[in-house]
This record gives sequence, structure tokens and C-alpha cells, in this order.
Amino acid sequence: MHIGTDIFGNHELALLVRGRRAGVLAANLANADTPNFKSRDLDFAAALQGADGGGLALATTSAAHLGGAAGMDPGGELLYRIPYQPSLDGNTVETPVEMAAFSENAVRYQASLMFINRTIAEIETALTGQ
Amino acid sequence: MSLFQIFDVSGSALTAESVRLNTTASNLANAESVAGSAAAAYKSRHPVFQSLLREFGATPEEDQSAVGVRVLGIVESSAPALVRYQPDHPLADARGNVYVSNVNSIEEMTNMIAASRSFQSNVEVINTSRDLLLKTITMGARA
Repeated sequence: MHIGTDIFGNHELALLVRGRRAGVLAANLANADTPNFKSRDLDFAAALQGADGGGLALATTSAAHLGGAAGMDPGGELLYRIPYQPSLDGNTVETPVEMAAFSENAVRYQASLMFINRTIAEIETALTGQ
Repeated sequence: MSLFQIFDVSGSALTAESVRLNTTASNLANAESVAGSAAAAYKSRHPVFQSLLREFGATPEEDQSAVGVRVLGIVESSAPALVRYQPDHPLADARGNVYVSNVNSIEEMTNMIAASRSFQSNVEVINTSRDLLLKTITMGARA
């Protein structure tokens, strides 16, 4: 096994994106009763790609230009959720949908965390030879 | 946005929902309040929620996902007070009318249930985030 900078594979990035998604979903739930609030979410696959440095960087034509923080922000654009049932006050948060997404996200976060923990344990075993 | 900001976002929602529960309690408590004139009668109160963009230490580089909620203000219902003919009432006006608050008890009860459900889902979010964070800070620890 080669121990490089990417020993944790995608899971390190996945944790960042899952963390961000948890925040977005928490904000949706917090605003479940706010008039005209539009529910938002991340496209996880696209977000992971963006976090991987696959996002677009700002064009720089001079050395003094800032390069922009491409890939620094885990996971690209926030998308608006299309509600199953539009509500009269313009709010598109559907609490059960958000709760389900939040739980799913939490489980997947823990899964990534477990993969990282196992990798660390594996390396420890290899190092100590026990 | 880090998981830590969830505490601020969901915490703001808990505050807002408890204001809503408070106004509901006040409305239900005053459902039978009586006054001597239509202007003095108790009017049902309702909070107006507004989302808070870029609060809670979010830097401009960060996106706008840390959206909390706050109570913009409390509005009084403009529904007319109920007029009741009770000439023997100590507060009755010259025509023998008293004015009862315009609180709609059914509306208040449904409001209370909705507020309590929203409160619960935000508590759930806080608990889950706390568990995730606690697991994250013990990353790599030997079981």
C-alpha cells in the first residue's frame, strides 16, 4: 500500500461536502416557517467534483490578479429544490423531505468517518507490526 | 459552512419558534378577554419570520448557506373584535356591548402544533450534528 497524500481517498473531501450539505439542510429546516424562503440543496456528485479541484478557476491575465479560491469551497453551487406541493406563502421547504435528506446525509457522513478511522487503524497496525 | 454553524442556525430557529409559541400562549390566554371598546379589545398576535442571510460569521468567500431565521416583528390581527350584548357587565359601554378579543382558538391550536413540530425537528438537527461532531473529534482514536 502506497502511503501518499491521498490515503483517505475521496473520504476526506466527502466529509467536507457532507458537512456543508448538513449545514444547507439545517438552514432549510430552520426556515421551514419563513415566508418566501426557497429550499436549497447540493448535488453531491457535482459538489465532490468541484471540491476535488475540478471547479473552474478565475482567468488571470496579470501576476497581480488573485487566482480565486477554486476548489477551496467544498462543493459548487447551491440548487433550488422543486417542491412536491407549492405552498401559499412562497415557502418551498417540506420538512419530511428535509429531515429524510438530513438523516441520510448524517449516515453517509458517519460512513466516510468510519472509512477514515479504519484506514488510520490499518496504518497503525502496519507501523507497529502487531 | 462548517458543522459548527448548524448550532447557530438551528438555535436561531429554536428562538423564533419559541417566540411563536409564546404569542400562541398569550393569544389563547386572552381568548376570552373582554374590553369596553373595540379599540381596547385584545387582538391576536402573530410573529413574522424572516431569514437571516450571511450572519453568524460567514465570510464573503463562503456561500450563503448559513441562513438562520429571526422574528422580524409581531403583528396584531386586524380581524374585528367580537361584540357581545351584556348590559350587566361592568365594562359594558352605553349600548350595553362588550368587546371580546378576536382570537381564533382553532387557528391558535394548529399554530401551536406546527410550532412545536418545527421546534422538535430543529432539536433533532442539533442533536444529530452534535453526534457527528463528537465522532469527528475522536477521529483516529483506538476503539
